[in-house]
Amino acid sequence: MSALVDLFTVAAVSAGILFFLAGVVGLLRFPDALTRLHALTKADNVGLGLIVAGLLPQASSLLEALKLVLVWLTVLLAGATVGQLIARVARRAGTRT
Amino acid sequence: MTEFLLAAAGAVMFTVVLGMVRILRGPGDADRVMAAQLLGTGGVAALLLSGIARGRPASLDLALTLAVLAAFASIGFVKGAAMGQDKSAEGDDDP
Amino acid sequence: MSFELSYELLVGLLVLTAAAWSVAARDTYSATVGFVSYGLLIAIMWMQLQAFDVALAEVAIGSGLTGLLLLSAAARLRAAEARVTSRPPVMLRIVAALACTAVSVSIAATVLRLPESAPSLAGAAVGALPATGLGNPVNGVLMAFRAFDTLLEKVVLVLSLVGVWSLAPEPGWSGRPRLLHPFADDGVLRFLARTLPPIGLLFGAHLMWNGADEPGGAFQGATVLAAMWLLVLMAGLGEAPRIRERWLRVAVVAGPMTFITVGLAGIGVAGAFLAYPEPHAKSLILFVELPMMLTIALVLALLVAGPPEPTAGP
Repeated sequence: MSALVDLFTVAAVSAGILFFLAGVVGLLRFPDALTRLHALTKADNVGLGLIVAGLLPQASSLLEALKLVLVWLTVLLAGATVGQLIARVARRAGTRT
Repeated sequence: MTEFLLAAAGAVMFTVVLGMVRILRGPGDADRVMAAQLLGTGGVAALLLSGIARGRPASLDLALTLAVLAAFASIGFVKGAAMGQDKSAEGDDDP
Repeated sequence: MSFELSYELLVGLLVLTAAAWSVAARDTYSATVGFVSYGLLIAIMWMQLQAFDVALAEVAIGSGLTGLLLLSAAARLRAAEARVTSRPPVMLRIVAALACTAVSVSIAATVLRLPESAPSLAGAAVGALPATGLGNPVNGVLMAFRAFDTLLEKVVLVLSLVGVWSLAPEPGWSGRPRLLHPFADDGVLRFLARTLPPIGLLFGAHLMWNGADEPGGAFQGATVLAAMWLLVLMAGLGEAPRIRERWLRVAVVAGPMTFITVGLAGIGVAGAFLAYPEPHAKSLILFVELPMMLTIALVLALLVAGPPEPTAGP
């Protein structure tokens, strides 16, 4: 049972790292600001989400698990908002030049 | 398990720092904000991973502080970028 | 090489990279983004050294509020920066480089010459901790053993606010700080400014309350509160108060005044200034910390918001 849980953690955390990696590659290689933003938000939301999901079974108490989820929700909320604002800045810069 | 989680924390830090190249290269302010935002999220992920790996509950509080304040800093960055746009567009925009 | 060590080496390398970056960046905006990233990496390093309280303070002050403060300055300087194209003369740059190198070398030499086991009072502090009723030795040092330092620190905070306010132009004294006036009139930011503060308020209170026994404390909690208030101001959901408001003046000195009052009472009850009578030490410390947290939050936010500017209307 415990081995199965550990296996889940390894799988989810690895997948999360993969999303972070993909996000960074996108951030470095995509041609313009809006596509780069698209790549970034995947790392932000899905990458951290998978890592938190992987860590949940390793938490020592319910409170710790709740805090993990709260961290993810906070980053989701902030990421979604900041993404919108960044896109606006990028578009204004794009239309002026 | 501890080793795996620590290695994972290192891997996340390493990837997001690659993204820091964007802070230097830009070209736009938006790209710099994105790299900083990614660094914040990566920092949160690394704190969670290394904190759980060593069983230090305090690192969760630290991660939550970072999550709340990174959002705040990103808003500040966007504000700076937006102000810069207005300034370079037509002098001062203060009403 | 152990995992632990290679992780530390990686983070250490990143810290140095970020530091070099923020020095090398040409425009102030990029340098600021680099500096905030640097603060974040330093915090991860502190956490690696198990200094959670320092890590919390670094995240809160170094990355959060200082970032916004520097950014506001960078945004203001931008217009001027574009006009300055000439670089300083070569000699001046050489002298500056030599001076910086001398400082760095002497700091490095000092650190390398430190004795292997540094003189420490940590044992004594932890030994006397039960008398305070607190569980977090850092908080014990801040609020009990070195309470006088902490008190003076809070007074300095108030003085620095007076310093910022004294930069205001004469008619500004009836105005309010407007450096952070809403920069984008849109629902997205207002949405965040309505949803994030409840989480932040709860969490700030948690940090202060928890600070008695776990890493945390009034200062870290106050920083989170200040950030939430600034967020509301930036979204245009509220305005910074006029600085002549009486409640504001009272709130700014409430923390230090409570501290001093409790300290003076200590002379009568426990025999020394800032001494706490033993069975009530913890509750007194929390009683001092609550108004102190509100004062710190208010002062930090007002420091970032800048000097008051003249406003129309009464």
